[in-house]
Amino acid sequence: MEVNFSDPNFLPWLIPVGPLLAFFIITLATNRARLVPATSHEYGGHHPDYEGMLVPVATVPSRILSVTVGLAGVIMALFFSYTVAFSAFGEHGFGAEVVYASNIAWMATGDTAFRLGVFVDPLTVIMLIMVPLAVLMIFIYSIGYMAHDPRQSRFFALISLFAGAMLTLVVADNLLLLFVGWEVMGLCSYMLIGFWFEKKSAYKAAIKAFITTRVADVVMLLGIVYLYYATGTLNFRDILYNPELLEQLAATPALIFGSWGISAASIIGIFLIVGTIGKSAQFPLHVWLPDAMEGPTPVSAMIHAAAMVSAGIYAIIRIYPLLEAGGNPHYGILSQPMVLMAVVGSFTALFAATIAVAQNDVKRVLAYSTISQLGFMMAALGIGAYIAAAFHLITHAFFKALLFMASGSVIHGMEHGEHHVHEHAAHGHDDHHHDDHHGHFDPQDMMNMGGLRKTMPVTFITFLIGGFSLAGFPLITAGFWSKDEILADAFYGLTKGYGAHALVFIMLAVAAFLTAFYTMRQLGLTFWGEPRTEVAKHANLGRGLVSFTMTLPLIILAFFAITAGFVGVPPDFPILGPIFSPEHNAFHYFVIETLHPAFQAEAPAVNAIPVLTSFVVALGGLGLGWWMYWRKPLVAGEEDPLVGILGPVHTVLKNKYYIDEIYVAVFVKPSQAFSRFVIDFIDRGILDGILHTIARVATWIGDLFKVLNTWLIDGVGDGIPDGIFDFGGWVRRIQTGHVQEYLLVVLGAVLVIGIILALSTGILQAAG
Amino acid sequence: MEGFTLPVLSVIVFVPIVAAIIILFINEDNRDLIRGIAITSAVIVLALSAAVYFSYNGQVEALSSAQAAMENPAELADIGAQGIASKLFADGLFFEEQVTWVKALGIKYHVALDGLNAPMVLLTGMVAVAGVLISWDLERTREFMAFFLLLVAGVYGVFISIDLFTLFFFYELAIFPMYLLIAGWGWKERREYAAMKLTLYILVGSVVALIGVIALVFTAQDFYLNNPAIFEAGKSLGIISADASELSFNMKQLMLAAENGAFNIPVFGSDVLTFSTFWFPFIFIGFAVLAGIFPFHNWSPDGHVAAPTAVSMIHAGVLMKLGAYAALRVGVQLLPDGARVHLPWIVFLTLINVVFGAFIAFRQRDFKYVIGFSSVSHMGLVSMGFATMNVTGMTGAGLQMFSHGAMTALFFGCVGMVYDRAHTRDIPSLGGFVKRMPWVAVAFIVGGLTSMGMPGLSGFIAEFPIFQGMWAASENIALKIGNFTLTNYYSVIVIFAALGIVVTAAYVLRVAAQVFFGDFDDKKYPHIGDILPRERIILFLLGVPLIILGVYPSIMAPMITTGVNPIIALLGGV
Repeated sequence: MEVNFSDPNFLPWLIPVGPLLAFFIITLATNRARLVPATSHEYGGHHPDYEGMLVPVATVPSRILSVTVGLAGVIMALFFSYTVAFSAFGEHGFGAEVVYASNIAWMATGDTAFRLGVFVDPLTVIMLIMVPLAVLMIFIYSIGYMAHDPRQSRFFALISLFAGAMLTLVVADNLLLLFVGWEVMGLCSYMLIGFWFEKKSAYKAAIKAFITTRVADVVMLLGIVYLYYATGTLNFRDILYNPELLEQLAATPALIFGSWGISAASIIGIFLIVGTIGKSAQFPLHVWLPDAMEGPTPVSAMIHAAAMVSAGIYAIIRIYPLLEAGGNPHYGILSQPMVLMAVVGSFTALFAATIAVAQNDVKRVLAYSTISQLGFMMAALGIGAYIAAAFHLITHAFFKALLFMASGSVIHGMEHGEHHVHEHAAHGHDDHHHDDHHGHFDPQDMMNMGGLRKTMPVTFITFLIGGFSLAGFPLITAGFWSKDEILADAFYGLTKGYGAHALVFIMLAVAAFLTAFYTMRQLGLTFWGEPRTEVAKHANLGRGLVSFTMTLPLIILAFFAITAGFVGVPPDFPILGPIFSPEHNAFHYFVIETLHPAFQAEAPAVNAIPVLTSFVVALGGLGLGWWMYWRKPLVAGEEDPLVGILGPVHTVLKNKYYIDEIYVAVFVKPSQAFSRFVIDFIDRGILDGILHTIARVATWIGDLFKVLNTWLIDGVGDGIPDGIFDFGGWVRRIQTGHVQEYLLVVLGAVLVIGIILALSTGILQAAG
Repeated sequence: MEGFTLPVLSVIVFVPIVAAIIILFINEDNRDLIRGIAITSAVIVLALSAAVYFSYNGQVEALSSAQAAMENPAELADIGAQGIASKLFADGLFFEEQVTWVKALGIKYHVALDGLNAPMVLLTGMVAVAGVLISWDLERTREFMAFFLLLVAGVYGVFISIDLFTLFFFYELAIFPMYLLIAGWGWKERREYAAMKLTLYILVGSVVALIGVIALVFTAQDFYLNNPAIFEAGKSLGIISADASELSFNMKQLMLAAENGAFNIPVFGSDVLTFSTFWFPFIFIGFAVLAGIFPFHNWSPDGHVAAPTAVSMIHAGVLMKLGAYAALRVGVQLLPDGARVHLPWIVFLTLINVVFGAFIAFRQRDFKYVIGFSSVSHMGLVSMGFATMNVTGMTGAGLQMFSHGAMTALFFGCVGMVYDRAHTRDIPSLGGFVKRMPWVAVAFIVGGLTSMGMPGLSGFIAEFPIFQGMWAASENIALKIGNFTLTNYYSVIVIFAALGIVVTAAYVLRVAAQVFFGDFDDKKYPHIGDILPRERIILFLLGVPLIILGVYPSIMAPMITTGVNPIIALLGGV
């Protein structure tokens, strides 16, 4: 095999190399830091939790090196990704006849070698367009956001590794390599969520995220192992482009639950979906994602948009034919994994949207909206809307990265304002607002904001664009087109009378309405009206590099949050269709070639009802939000009108349906109790109890011999008793532990007894 | 074999013994000389181990093609008797040496290297060097080093023995210094108790196994006397040198007998019980006690905690593998029929090991107990791999033996380094140590990730085939109890075992978070600095192989497969 990196078959190998290399260079070159007191001016004051501690501060050369190398790595990845992508766009019949793939032998198992490699098909291409771009924006943003963090080098190293893992996952040609990227990302998210590890809440959130996704990952691994056992390969193309194999898998009863009518394909599919439920934070494993915002904001953007949660959806889009095997969603026949996806996805979409309505933390609202939007994608996959799910994955990544970074700017601005107010107070200016800022001022609480549009106009405009795209503001935002396509597919099934499709349509429509509402609520509380606190009045990003690097990515992403949707306009859409899709729906046309022809399905014709539904829910939700939060903005001290309207329901929503508390009661406490039971009762009680009883009996026999020795034998003679006395003493000494010198004796005795016994057995054998 | 003319395996065994004897003659005050001799001998042993390992690894490819040729029918006919497994085994032996020891009893000093023990030999070398380095400043250096090297020699001897008597000899040789090391240098509060508990458990286990083995040897002798044709066939294979009437502890010879049904004779006049099915549980579990099999695992956490760091490292890292290795070598390999009958229920014990150990580790407050119970949990996976009775699962078990050995030694090394400075192992009173001992934190996390099966590290490379083997075994294995037959339950067991691994993640992260992250208390631990260079060597020596094996498993997996093949051939599996 001749390796030639100008050949697009080999080029994908280079895509993850940049960030991975950056990780190693930064880790190895910058591990020296100075320890300074946290009160030093060099320490930027991100977290008051550091107070009174020595913190290692990255030196200036380290900082420059880590930023440069990190950025260079991502730009390298971007360059190779786009080279591959544009080469693919120019390829005739890409997907069906041509894919870019190459692999190497990695581990010999039995007769065949396990081969690892890279693989680029249309689905990979669209990910290669989105991921490096979003990652680059996040990196640029991080330059400003992390500029004063004492562990800036560590941050860039880890986030480079994160990006490298995501890119590995995207170009992987088999499930095992995908799983490697998947797990490394889980590890990076653990380290980055717990990045400020001095904070208890941060490392607790990190552990929660890791364990929750880990439960799912292990189940997924079982699925992968089962698939490998059942088919002898994990290569995507070999499995997914082979309908006979899939049919055969769907016809084989599974090893477990097989007698309940579950096929091997179904059980593998369900295991793999569980992996995604964990990684993409679907109910009931969604609990880690909202807490994950304990990490620095660029990490949240990374987790919520460019990597991590997108990886979960990407993985099931990738293996979709396997999930569909045994059914045909276009005729309303859903395999068990698809039913699972439809139910979990649509439920999660609605469930998370209701929680988002009642949150006051600016990032928490976004976190639940991510869960909800991922539910949209999951539900779409559950009804076979393969392309719509992929489309929404891309548009969502753009506007969610934008929203997170914009909210990070808001928080940064608020912290800036808090700093300002503190200094103000320190200079002795008396201000009656001051009392609010001492103690626990929360710069993320939207109730402390208001009116930020005046001091942070760019953030406001871009946040607005991102929010409208999330809400699906009709026609001009990317979110509208992708969400509309999901609803259109669901409605098409509904017209045929398919139950799952109807469920998905209704749930998602309601969720979309709530999405628009809480987005408008968030925008209103944050930016509209007058500042509700002194801090909000002074919130701004300042000037210079920090401000620039934190604003530029927002503007670029805002552009994509609008335009990314236009690649997927249905050609028969009135007026806009002929403009954007003169021949065909470009996105649809390109991506559908990912699937084997047996699984391909045409998009349904444009129908007025789903389009109108999209219009009504988006505009209705936005309108209601406007009416409640913009028309008459909240003033300081005023209660959220929702509290009055929803009453106790609001409390339940605000507390996220008490899921965390329920989990503690149902899983954490019982498993702790079980551990205690195992330790105290079984291990220390029964097992050690038996042992100690034996020991006590042995001691007792020893003592008995001793007594017998004095009482019975003493009078008889001197030679024999001595021997027995020694024996008794020896047995007793085993208990007290002074046995070193006797150990060899034991050994010898035991050997002799053993040999005698064995010889007799052997002779018996021979005789018999 | 090729490239080596000196009896390299014997050199590996006897260098530590000689070093130990020399050390005993040196004045206690001359600590530098003592350490110098100890570390030199350990390094020599490691270098030789690595040399034989890689030399063997180079042969593996040639060997597997030879084995492929062996499976073609024409050659099978040549062999005559059904001696394929023993032939495979014989072909896979390298660096073979034998010397007659006690002629009358057929006892030989007989050692060789094959695919199963080669990784163990390498592992022992690694842990030996690490153990000497970490015991650098221990009091009574002279005795400690002498006993420690004796222990290393015993462990080596067990791994490379082909003669069962040699195996037992070294087995007991390893346990003896172990007792003294724990009782003499261990944690003062519990060392007497723990050393006693450990020694008695292991001794009782090995005695039970020994009785079985002696019965086995006599039965085989009887068999060859009654079946001279097979004896002749064995001779033509070049694996039997003795007269048919002579006793032999040679595993090759016993294997050929096993292949030809020597151990399927009824015992005690029973219709159901055969020699094989009767003795298997005694031999297998007798050895598996040392591998910490439930419910005979209780010596291990107590023993590990009470032992000084170096002994914990070698004990959890290598000695527990010794038990598993002997259980496989003697139990499964020589009594395959017994294995087929009994492993289907023993697998439940292994599951309990995995889950039970993980849950207990989760609740411990003592840093060292966490690691002690984690060993119980992970060794369960090794025996689970055996219970699959297929190539994939057993290869995974072999990989897990190496992976867990290096990993757990690394863990104990980390614990020791923290304890030496903080003088407490109480997890809640530690915290923030990453700031003072970043290398230890990194090493602990590498070990932790290995233990939870993170891809890219050796734990994953081991777990994957074990799980795969479990799925594959699920259809083939059934458990019969009277009229009741349980089928297809391996798939359920593997699911529970996998969930046990989630618990692993939970306790590893909890410990990492509480010991290494969070606040560092400057007032409580004012003088804690970073680790010394020699300690850093330990971390690299044990940590780097975890990564190498994780990224490039071909360095070990095919070799283990060649070692496992003869056993699978005997089991009649795939």
